[in-house]
Amino acid sequence: MKVDRRSFLGLGLGAVAGIAVSPIGIKLTDDSSIWTQNWPWTPVPVDGEVIYENSVCSLCPGSCGINIRKIDNRPVKIEGRADYPVNNGGVCLHGIAGLQYLYDPARVKTPLKKNGDKFEEISWDDAIAIVADKLGQIRKNGSPEKLACIADKEQGSVSGLFKRLLKTFGSSNFYTMPSLESYLELTAAAIHGEGQTIAFDLENAGFVLSFGAGIIEGWGSPVNCFKANASRKERQAKLYQIEPRLSNTAANADKWIPIKPGTEADLALGICAVILKNNLFDSTATAKFKGGLNKFGALLQKDYTLSKTAEITGVKESDIEKIAMLFAKAKMPLAVFGKGRGDGAQSLKELVAVHTLNCLVGNINKKGGAFVQPKPEYLKFADESMDSVADKGFAKTKPGNYVNQLIEKVNASSQTVVEALFVYNANPCHSLHDPTTIKQAIEKIPFVVSFSSFLDETAMEADIILPCHTFIERLEDVPSSAGLAKAVVGLTKPVIEPVFNTKNPGDVIILVAKALEESIARNFEWENYAECLEEVCADIWDSLSEDGFSIISEGVPLGSASVDVSFLANNPATVQAQGDFPLTLIPIDNMRLINAGIAASPFAVKTISDKVLKGKDSVVDINPLTAGGLKDGGAAMLTTSIGTARVMVNFNESIMPGVIGMVKGLGHTFDNKYVSNKGININDLIGPVIESGSGLDAAFGIKAKISKA
Amino acid sequence: MSEIENKAENGSMESVGEGTAGKEKDDKGLGLGVIFFIVAFVACFLSGTLLFPKLLYSKKEQPFNFDHALHVGEAGDCETCHSLREDGSFTGIPKLATCLDCHAEEPMGETEDEATFVEEYVANEKEVPWYVYSRQPDCVFFSHAAHTAAGGMDCVSCHGHIGESTSLRPYEENRITGYSRDIWGKNIFGIKKHSWDRMKMDDCAACHKKETGHQGYCFQCHK
Repeated sequence: MKVDRRSFLGLGLGAVAGIAVSPIGIKLTDDSSIWTQNWPWTPVPVDGEVIYENSVCSLCPGSCGINIRKIDNRPVKIEGRADYPVNNGGVCLHGIAGLQYLYDPARVKTPLKKNGDKFEEISWDDAIAIVADKLGQIRKNGSPEKLACIADKEQGSVSGLFKRLLKTFGSSNFYTMPSLESYLELTAAAIHGEGQTIAFDLENAGFVLSFGAGIIEGWGSPVNCFKANASRKERQAKLYQIEPRLSNTAANADKWIPIKPGTEADLALGICAVILKNNLFDSTATAKFKGGLNKFGALLQKDYTLSKTAEITGVKESDIEKIAMLFAKAKMPLAVFGKGRGDGAQSLKELVAVHTLNCLVGNINKKGGAFVQPKPEYLKFADESMDSVADKGFAKTKPGNYVNQLIEKVNASSQTVVEALFVYNANPCHSLHDPTTIKQAIEKIPFVVSFSSFLDETAMEADIILPCHTFIERLEDVPSSAGLAKAVVGLTKPVIEPVFNTKNPGDVIILVAKALEESIARNFEWENYAECLEEVCADIWDSLSEDGFSIISEGVPLGSASVDVSFLANNPATVQAQGDFPLTLIPIDNMRLINAGIAASPFAVKTISDKVLKGKDSVVDINPLTAGGLKDGGAAMLTTSIGTARVMVNFNESIMPGVIGMVKGLGHTFDNKYVSNKGININDLIGPVIESGSGLDAAFGIKAKISKA
Repeated sequence: MSEIENKAENGSMESVGEGTAGKEKDDKGLGLGVIFFIVAFVACFLSGTLLFPKLLYSKKEQPFNFDHALHVGEAGDCETCHSLREDGSFTGIPKLATCLDCHAEEPMGETEDEATFVEEYVANEKEVPWYVYSRQPDCVFFSHAAHTAAGGMDCVSCHGHIGESTSLRPYEENRITGYSRDIWGKNIFGIKKHSWDRMKMDDCAACHKKETGHQGYCFQCHK
């Protein structure tokens, strides 16, 4: 027998038939189908016991109650807490993405010390010792007032601890970043007196006249405002939105009144003039006005006639008159101030002018109106015991009232104005105007300590980073602020063991204080921050720890508030945009981005429209009438007196001619590939403009030109 | 006859002759082909049946031995350790905390396995990385509560008599899918004698058809 090709054919056929009737075929088919439906590289959430824990989100001043779903003790989702008095179950996109901050690529994983241009990892003990040593030297030199702190807010026990540390050290230089809360207090101080704040009863107001407040774009307590706005139709309430661009709030309003940027104060005063002229004001309320109502009235009748106001603001005379009539005659009218999110640069003149409308129609401390009441104080720190060095230092005059003034002083002075700076929950090197100048000032400060959880633009400038827990990992009292009609204090609770070698900011301050001289340390005799918090919140601790929140005040405040119109009667100057270019660049607040202490999460950045961010380019809105030779969707060079940037152009008929709109919160440069190097930071194009009188940076925009790239 | 013609004639004759001879050889070749066929068939069939499962599955030993029979004897039933949570979800393999309900104070017994458990896991507060024989693919949703609490089924129907075992057999992991061999069943042909021998979709469907009159819809399990 000879082996030939037919034998091999037989062999082959036999092999095929053998395999075909064996289970190989069917089994491999089955396995490959299972494999393709369960790709091994696709992460699958681990199964386990599901529990929910209540906490409070502190990503923005809104302070919403959240409910964190955990599987086997690992947080997997953030939802709104249904029984929380601020948000009633709602939650915004930043809140739901809050867990991403835990694993953010830019997180500072352990204390860091700057060595040349690089950071090196150090232990907590060493880091605290270095800080204590530097601070000790400053005290020894007899200039304790040269320690300053920039934090995000005035309220809360962590800010309280910072202030206590500074005070017992001998410094009054505690600064906060601009926020709606700070503007509310400044406005209240200018009209009603120090120590008060203003809240808006948006949930009940019948006619809301908003001077650019982005009611559905993150203004105030965002979720609370969304809900108040959503119920507007049901309540048959009206919203008139005054701003140069058809924002989402304007598009949602009953009427959008386009206005030339930076003339909102003039329009408010023009409306005041109409109300006064036509005797539409509440005479009972105005009878108690102090500070020269007649002088104020005369100023209005002279400088804010209909024709003059129309010319300044670009709003038609008939419209001004109609708005004034509607506002004054409305049941529960409410004028709301704070352009955009309310935490950017603002002019005190504008804020006061708008709030004067509320005072004129007598809706102060009435349902659906503006609530004026003392700032909610729930913290009870024991009185500080200070030594003579501290007493002397604390009594010294501050380099300025606001952060921008401090920065200006540091840059302008040939002396060392600040020897050491603490930065907590703030990123001034990105979120303030002209970050280059801010960085210069920070570089001039010999010793900068950052308490940031992330290696952001400001933390990069620090000498020591003492990394703090994120809000998912820490215990903290979170007072609601931002113009909310009820004062609620919530408790943020740690819902996960710290992911990295970080600490609670409160614990860090206590550790630093204990490492300092006895005169300071004796004011911080708590074992840890948890003990401190329980002690200083003693009055509300039961409800805070059991319910997760405590309502300090709600409903219409009792009593009336005094009104002083002298600020406006003295005719403060209106801030003008810097530069000589033909167009005006204005910042836009977008709900999907954050321009405060923390950058938006990767999830939030992913949701930005390509009309805002196209690839890695910022897109600017411009009216086709002023677009000149530009092409819709094309590239352009945007120039201001501060800087130049390449942008993409979006023709938008719903922005006033002569105005360029650009979103805030982009252009981060720190190491987070999901968030950074996307778009331009508008603050790089706008410089601060200091308002005479108030000293605030009130740059509503800047003069600009745009040409084809 | 020219040379060319000769060549042509010879060539023709040769081809005829070869053709005839080839026919005879063909018969023999076919016989050999059949033998080759049978050999290859048997070899491949046996490889597919006996060798293939050995290649497809990797054997893994459990972290240490566990005596189900002993624990059932002490605890009384399966549910003490494999319980349903309040929300109806199934705890599955007990966590260390559940074990510590009984094993809290000191080692219970003197076996090597108990020592491993106490020294490696209890002392380090580390969960025991058990291999789960019955774990279904991630694309499958299964509610124990619906079958046991609501449907009244017993554990044995699906899990067999594991509760009576005194040792844990090696876990066989499918190298392609990463899942346990128990899903397809020990028998590579998928032949089963007991209800717990195999736990594929068809087995779920067959039981549902029998018990409820309908095999169920896709989304009931593939959510």
